Order: sequence, then C-alpha cells, then structure tokens
Amino acid sequence: MLSLLMILLPLVGMLLIRMVSDKKSAARVALLLSFLPLAATIWHATMFDPNGGMQFVFDKWWVESMGISFKVGMDGLSLLMVLLTNVLVPIIIFSTFDRDIVDFKNFYSLIFLMQFALVGVFTSLDGFLFYIFWELALLPIWFICLLWGGADRIRITLKFFIYTLSGSLFMLVALIYLYLQTPLPHTFSLDSFYDLALTPSQQGWIFWGFFLAFAIKIPIFPLHTWQPDTYTNAPTQGTMLLSGIMLKMGLYGIIRWMVPVIPAGIAEWAWLAMGLSVVGIVYASAMAIAQKDFKRLIAYSSIAHVGLIAAGIFSMNMMGMQGAVFQMLSHGVNAVGLFFIADILIDRYGNREMKDMGGIAHVSSPFAITFTIILLGSVALPLTNGFVGEFMLLNGVFQYSGWLALFAGLTVIFGAVYMLRAYQRIMLGEAGEASKSFRALTSNEKILLYIIVALVIVNGVYPKPLLDIAGPSLSAILAKAGVVSM
Amino acid sequence: MTNLIWLIPILPLLGFLINGIGNKNVPRSVSGWIASLSVLGSFIISIGAFGTLMADPNVVIKADYFEWLSAGSFTLDFGFLVDRLSIVMLLVITGVGFLIHVYSIGYMHEEEDYARYFAYLNLFVFFMLLLVLGSSYVLMFVGWEGVGLCSYLLIGFWFKNNAYNDAAKKAFIMNRIGDLGFLLGMFLIFQTFGSLEYDTVFAGARQMTFDQPVLTAITLLLFVGAMGKSAQIPLYTWLPDAMAGPTPVSALIHAATMVTAGIYMVVRSNVLYVMAPFSSEIVAFVGLLTALMAGLIGLKQNDIKKVLAYSTVSQLGFMFVALGVGDYTTALFHVVTHAFFKALLFLCAGSVIHAMGGEQDIRKMGGLKKALPVTHLTFLIGTLAIAGAPPFAGFFSKDEILAGAWTHSYLIFGILAISAILTAVYMFRLYYLTFHGEFRGSKHQQEHLHESPISMTIPLMVLAVLSTVGGFLGMPEIFHMPHFLNNFLEPVTGWADLYAHGHASHTFEYTLIGSSMVLLIVIIYLVYNKYVKDAHVPKADHLVTGFQNVLANKFYVDEFYNTFITKPLNVLSSFSYNWIEKGFIDRIVNSFGYLTNGASGVLRLVQSGHIGLYIIAMVIAVILMFVFKMII
Repeated sequence: MLSLLMILLPLVGMLLIRMVSDKKSAARVALLLSFLPLAATIWHATMFDPNGGMQFVFDKWWVESMGISFKVGMDGLSLLMVLLTNVLVPIIIFSTFDRDIVDFKNFYSLIFLMQFALVGVFTSLDGFLFYIFWELALLPIWFICLLWGGADRIRITLKFFIYTLSGSLFMLVALIYLYLQTPLPHTFSLDSFYDLALTPSQQGWIFWGFFLAFAIKIPIFPLHTWQPDTYTNAPTQGTMLLSGIMLKMGLYGIIRWMVPVIPAGIAEWAWLAMGLSVVGIVYASAMAIAQKDFKRLIAYSSIAHVGLIAAGIFSMNMMGMQGAVFQMLSHGVNAVGLFFIADILIDRYGNREMKDMGGIAHVSSPFAITFTIILLGSVALPLTNGFVGEFMLLNGVFQYSGWLALFAGLTVIFGAVYMLRAYQRIMLGEAGEASKSFRALTSNEKILLYIIVALVIVNGVYPKPLLDIAGPSLSAILAKAGVVSM
Repeated sequence: MTNLIWLIPILPLLGFLINGIGNKNVPRSVSGWIASLSVLGSFIISIGAFGTLMADPNVVIKADYFEWLSAGSFTLDFGFLVDRLSIVMLLVITGVGFLIHVYSIGYMHEEEDYARYFAYLNLFVFFMLLLVLGSSYVLMFVGWEGVGLCSYLLIGFWFKNNAYNDAAKKAFIMNRIGDLGFLLGMFLIFQTFGSLEYDTVFAGARQMTFDQPVLTAITLLLFVGAMGKSAQIPLYTWLPDAMAGPTPVSALIHAATMVTAGIYMVVRSNVLYVMAPFSSEIVAFVGLLTALMAGLIGLKQNDIKKVLAYSTVSQLGFMFVALGVGDYTTALFHVVTHAFFKALLFLCAGSVIHAMGGEQDIRKMGGLKKALPVTHLTFLIGTLAIAGAPPFAGFFSKDEILAGAWTHSYLIFGILAISAILTAVYMFRLYYLTFHGEFRGSKHQQEHLHESPISMTIPLMVLAVLSTVGGFLGMPEIFHMPHFLNNFLEPVTGWADLYAHGHASHTFEYTLIGSSMVLLIVIIYLVYNKYVKDAHVPKADHLVTGFQNVLANKFYVDEFYNTFITKPLNVLSSFSYNWIEKGFIDRIVNSFGYLTNGASGVLRLVQSGHIGLYIIAMVIAVILMFVFKMII
C-alpha cells in the first residue's frame, strides 16, 4: 500500500496545482507539492533493508484474464532511482522560480505527470505495467518540448517522439514474446520471466528487442541523433527531465529487464553493445569538442557519460554495475546543474553561443565557484561524485577488456578538453561589454547551485550510504544472471 | 602522535575553507598568516610523527577513517599511512611549503585577489599531503588529481590573460593523459592483486616471480602517470608554460613538491619496479633523455623562470635515472635537496622579478648584485648547490646518482655526466647575466631596484642554509660517515635493495669527485669569461640561427604537438560533426522517417499524424509476434 501511495502522490500534485491561479505562488505551491513524494521516498528509505530483497511490494490483478497485474515494489536499485527522481523534480521546479513560464498550470502538471510515470517505470514489476509507464513518460515530456521549446521545436519533437516510440515497440514485442513463453496461464510478472528456460538464440532475439528500445532512450551511438537537437531545443526543465532522469529509464531497463532475464543474450551480444557504447564515448566527446553552443556541448558530453555507464553494465561484473548505478545518480545531479548553468547564461545573454560570453568570473564569483565545482564533478575529479562512478565503471570495463577500458578511458582526457575549453570561453579572459553587465545571481539561483554543489561534494567524499543501498540488490540481480559477484 | 595525523591535511583544508569562503571578507593582514600558520601546524605535527618513526624502525602509523568505495566484496578505506617514506615527503611539503607561504605574503601584497591566492595554495598543500599520506593507490590518485587541479587554478590565477589560461588548460590536459595511464595501472593492479592497498599489493608482488609481463605492464602504466605529473618526455611541455603562474607557485608546485610526485610514486612502488627490469630500463631511458634534452634547451632560454623550469625538467630526469637503475633512496635524496635549492632559486627569481617591476628577460638585467645583496648571495648558493659544487646539497645527491649510473651502464653515466655539465653551464650563465656586468634595463627600472621585504628574504636565507647543509643527509661512503637517508629508508626500500647492483668503487668515487670539481671550475671560468669579461649578451630572438635557434625554440616540440595532435583533433571533431554526424548518421535516421511518412501517406489523409503510425506499427508488431511464435 505504502509504495502505491508514493507512486500516486505526484498525481495529487498534478491535480492540486491546477487550482492555483497566481503565477508567483504557483511555483511555490508546485515546489511544496513536489516535497510530498520526496518525503515519502525518504520515509521508505528509512524503513528499507538493503539485504531484504524486493520490498514494499503492492500486487493486485489488473487484467487478470491476460495475466497483467499492477505489481510494484522496490529493491535498492529501484529505491535509488526513485530517490533520484524525487530529489531532482523539486530542484527542477525550483529552477523555474525566477523565470517566466507561460501557461504555468499545464507546465507544472506535465512535470508531475512525468514524475508519476518515471516513478512507475522504476518500480514496476510487471512487464506490461512497465511498458505502460514507459510510454506514458513520453507524453508529458513531448508536450513540454513541443509547447515550451525553442524555435525549431515542431520538427525536432516529432523526430524525438517517433524515434523513441518506434524503439519502444521492439521492447513491446520482446515483452509479449516473453509473456508467451511463460507457463499457462501466461503472465507478465517479472518473477515469472526469471524462471523461463530460454535458449541462447531466443535470448539473442529478445536482446535486440529490449536493446533497441533502451539504446534509443539512453541514447547509445549511433542511435543518438534525436538527442542533441531535443536537449538543445527543449525548455531547460524539459532538458533536465530528459537528461537527469528519463535517460536513466533505459539504463535501469537494462539492469532490471535484461541482465537477470536474458544473460545468455547479453553474453552473446555484449561485445557489440560495449563496442557501440565505447565508440559513442569517444565519438560524442569529439562532437562536444566541435560545439560552439554550450547547451549542445553538454548534450554531447551527456552521450559520452551514459555511453560509459552502458559499457559498465554490459561488462556484467559487480564493479561495473555498482559504478553504473552510482554514476546514474551523479550524472543526474551534474546534468541538472550544468543545464541550469546553461539556463542562467541563456537568461543573461539571450543566446547560447560561447563566443559571445567570456570574463564572467570577474563579475560573479559565486557563479564561477559553483560552475567550477559542478564542472569538476562532470570531469570526475576525485572527491566529487563523478569520480566514484567513473572509477568503478572504468574498472568494471577493464575487467571485461583492458583495451576497451583504454578507449573508454579517453573520456578522462577529452572530458577535460571540452569542459575546460567551454569554461575558459564562458568564464575567463577579459569581460566583454555583455559580460560586464552580467546580472548577479538571484538568491534562488544561488541556493539551487549550492544544493547541487553540496550533492557533488558530499556524494564524492562519502558515497557509502548510496553504495550500501545498491550493493546487495545488484549482487542479487547478477546472481540471477549466473554471475557470482566476488 | 598516531591519533593526530589526520590533522596534517585537515589544517591546510581549514585554511582553504576560511580563505575560500571568507574570500574578500577576510582581512588582508590575516589571510596570508592563516594560510601560513595552517601549514606550519602540519609541519609541527609531522615533526612529532617523525620522532615516533625515528624511535623504532618497525613502526608505521596507520589509520583507517571510513569505508570509501565498495563493490561486492571489494572495499576501499579512506586511510592514511605514515611510514619512513611518507614522513620525508611530509616534512619537505610542509616545511618548504610553509616558507613559500610566508614568502607569498610579501610577494603577493599588491594582489587584489589575495585571499583567493592563499585559498588555492592551502588547497594545494591539502591535496599534496593526501597524495603522500594515502594508504592505497586510489588515495594517492585523489591527491594526484587534486594537485593537478590546484596547479590548473594557480597557473591561470591571473585569468584575464588568455595565454595564462591556455597554459593552465594545457597543464591539466597533459596531466590527464598521464592520469589515464595511472588509472589503467590501478585497474591492472586490482585485477592482479585484488586490492589497491599498498600492504596487500606489495605483499602479493613479493610472492611473484621475477620479470612477469603483468608487472611490466603495471609499472609502465603507472610510469605514464609519472611522466605527466613529473614532466618527462613526451609529456613535459606543460611545465615551462606553467611559469605563467605567480612565482611562489612555480617554487612550490612546479619545482619542490608536485612535480616530484612521480618520483614518490615509483619509490613507493619500488617492490613492483624492482621486479620489472624492463620497465626500470624504460624509466632510466626516459629520464636520461629528458635530463639531456631539457638541459640543452635550458642553455638558450632568456626568461629567468623558463631557464629554471627546464632545469627542473632536467633534474627530474636525473631522479628518474636513479629510479631506473634501482637507487630509490638516491632519487628521494635528490628530491629533498632539489626541493631546497630549486625552491630557493625560484624564490630568488621572484625577488629579482619583483625588483625589476615584472621583467623576466635576463637580457635586460645585469649587475643586480649591488641592489639585491641578499637575493644575490642566496641565488649564488642555490646555483652552487644545483651545479654540484661541494659541500652544497646538490653535490652529494647528484654525485650519488652519477655513481649509481656508472655501476649500471657507462653509456647512461656518460650522457648523464654531460647533462650535469649542461646544468652548471646554464645555471652560471643565468647567474652571471642576472647579477654581474652592467645593468641593461630601463632607467626607470634601475631607479626602482630594491631588495625585497623581510618576509621574502627570510625564507630565502632559511632555504639557502638548507641548500648548503642538506647534503649531509646522505654522505658518500668514502667519508666514513653514516648515510642517514639510506639507513632511515631501509624499511621501505630494503627488500628492493636486495636486488641492487654493486656499489661504485672508492677509487671511482674519488675520481668522480675530483674530476667534477675541476670541470666545474673550468666551466665557471669559461662562463665568466663569456658573459662577464666579454660582456656577451644573448642575441635578440630573431637573430638566433642554426642549432641555437632549434634550442631557443625548444626543439619545436610544442609546434609538433600543435600540428600533429591539437589541430588534427579539432579538425577531426568539426569534420565528424559536419559530415558523419549531420551528413551521414542523422541523414539515415531522417530517411527512415521520410520513408515511413511516405508509406503512411495514404493513411495520414484519413487519420492525421503519428498516433496512427503508432497504432499501425503496434498491430503489425503483435501480428508478427504471433507469426514468429508459430514458426518456432
């Protein structure tokens, strides 16, 4: 029951926010409403037993005749993903405080609907339910991008919509195929999928069904071309939702629905999946180097980062898994931080071209300091959150193949190249005319940046609580895949 | 003392937080002293720890604070280890660091961003202490990257100047190339030994047989890290550029401490390196090449700091030769003496630049000894020490390196001896051009020549004393005195010493000392004749020709990297973006879209839009599903 309540709370927010008519108070009310799911998640976290397996399970038949149940629950992996969602949504709402949002009621409603769908994805234990939430998540973000997006939004959002939707259809095929393999009466329950005796060749086919859906969502090279356009054109909050949380749906999906269900399929195709992920790291880094638009640069850097996460997962060892989950959290925080910085720059300069900026460090030291620290998290400097994940991910990939790790490790160098270049262009040098009149950060902007900075440092110095939550669940998942974690 | 060692890094961290968060609210008169005293506090605790270690050779101080990383059964504690190796580094870092902090109070007094400067400096000391205190490779790496960050921040301290920003960025990126090697080395260590803690790794390595490929790979990968941090070929070009930072920074980070981290790493891993003779040969070879090449370049540089920078690169090369031939304590000995005299030389250079109103070109100096008596005398001591004149510090450590090289290979010895001669030549050239002869600067500069304030000259004097007596830490055997450092470090390097080559004969020692003294006198005489008696001044840059021009242009290595790495990377990125990304991949994706659009064109008339597409696709998929199911 409890977990059902937690999942439904965003819907409460979605309805209540429609009753507020004043724009200024709407943002505050939305923030308050977003604290409800967060509080519920923290409450769950306090009751959570890392070694207790799947907890807070709610299981009711939904369409009994078709074997579809409304089954949700959380292990450590789900809990962390829900925590990420419910921590980031208040931050994302907070980022609208000093911005003018037209049609604000619909805007906040859609964010809450998005939150509902995301939490659903991360807690579903029934294949059909998972698919429903997965597709449901696409609708609000598509509307957000379509209605509040930049100049070329119609063409770009259509491409985004069709691209990710066609990916999901392959997953639906895979899910239905799995469903048909279950003993009569057929069921979509994840537990029943574990018990299937699938031949390696069957698993190989199912692999592709899932992989295409997840790889497009993440996105993995070369299925990524919807991403930079969409990230760049979406309103800041849309980009934050997409990069901070939504892309983790794909990564989460691999761990939850592929690793324990079709290990032989992964064993057969991991070389290709890892190869694409690693090529994507280098390729996206090179793309980032070529960018002149800061928001687009972060979009490409995001492809590089998630490529490494995917590679870590497909390396199928505890080091890679643990690193992947931690990096999903860190990347969420850091991406939201970086896109907020981009938002501040767009707000002040009216465009995203780095050449028009420069010298801001002279004018605003709080901005310079927070930007620096978030940047360090992004380039994975030790004692920031980025390092913990990246170290374990590269180590995991290394245990799979040293050569792959060498290429994946190029992100260590390239990350520094494009981020430091961007920082220099935006923040350093002489302040031009536009920068001299750089409007100081508002106190809301400062608070948001300080929260991100605190998350970057605290999780980098003391990652243990989060690692402890994830550890036993990931061991269990790997054990189902036949991998005995050391 | 054991329960206080956590304070050693924490004190500078507190200093950083006070100056960093307080920033301009911290009174100028206070912030420099907060920073300096925090480092002094660490120094005092380090002395206490030194006493504890001194008492008993079997004592090491170990403390684990909290579990940091974990994955499955792998856990890594955030823990410190103070043994006889780390204590030597601790004393150098905090001792020399304190002096340079005090010096900075005077040197930076006109700086607007005073607190920010000291915050960075303290943060650097924090990370440097973490680097040597960590009880595992991962913690060493934490400090390793942390000092790289501080180096970046301090090289680009005056960030209005984009040339400085470029230098800072270059330093960070080049270091990151090395860091990738370090990371891969760590992963291989983890794969081989199942741990990254020194104790476990070295215990495991001692059980292995000699010359295993995996040990060769580990040591080479770690050495790539050392090449970056300690500025060895091919990753050295960032260090001369790093002179863009304030001069005390060059003294602390780019001479005395950070750049010696690579040597510390190899000494720490001596058990691994001694088991991997091939890697050791590579270390010696790279060190040798760097010592020679940087020494040659140093001959033709006219910027006072650039000469010292290339000298640092060259001296680091000497240390790597010592490591490569298995003389781990000797390398550390040179780290210590080099910290004294190179910090001294840089701080003197700072004093000169201060007096000259920012001028760094030695062609515009000359005759400064009258106006700057303290700086002159201390610089002379530093020069004698680095040139290897007895009884100054550099004499003993360099002599030991050369003697070790001799027993290993005559060729290495020969090239290293040439590099040692070059050292004496470029240093005395620098000394005479700066302090002797006629003043060649502007009238305005001449009127303002002044000795530096006492906060700057006292550190000079202390370092001068250390540069004079520092060599007594390690007396050669022929003087029948105990070699303090060798004995002290026995618990750390004792096992590796079992594999060590023999000692040079006493006859050789006498010959080496005798001939090096004669050579030095000849060199000083020749250099004096050229630059003082004949008053030769190096030509303007555009008049330099031939091989001299090649040297003045640093063998065109920067140009080479620029043409063959930096530019291709940029061009390739833009090319891929325009042609592969937009022109190829995205075009394929879009054509899929057009294809489907065209195919569903008829339906779109009826159903309008993508929802239709969705349903159709779904139905087809489900049908296919069942067909597929029936076929199997």
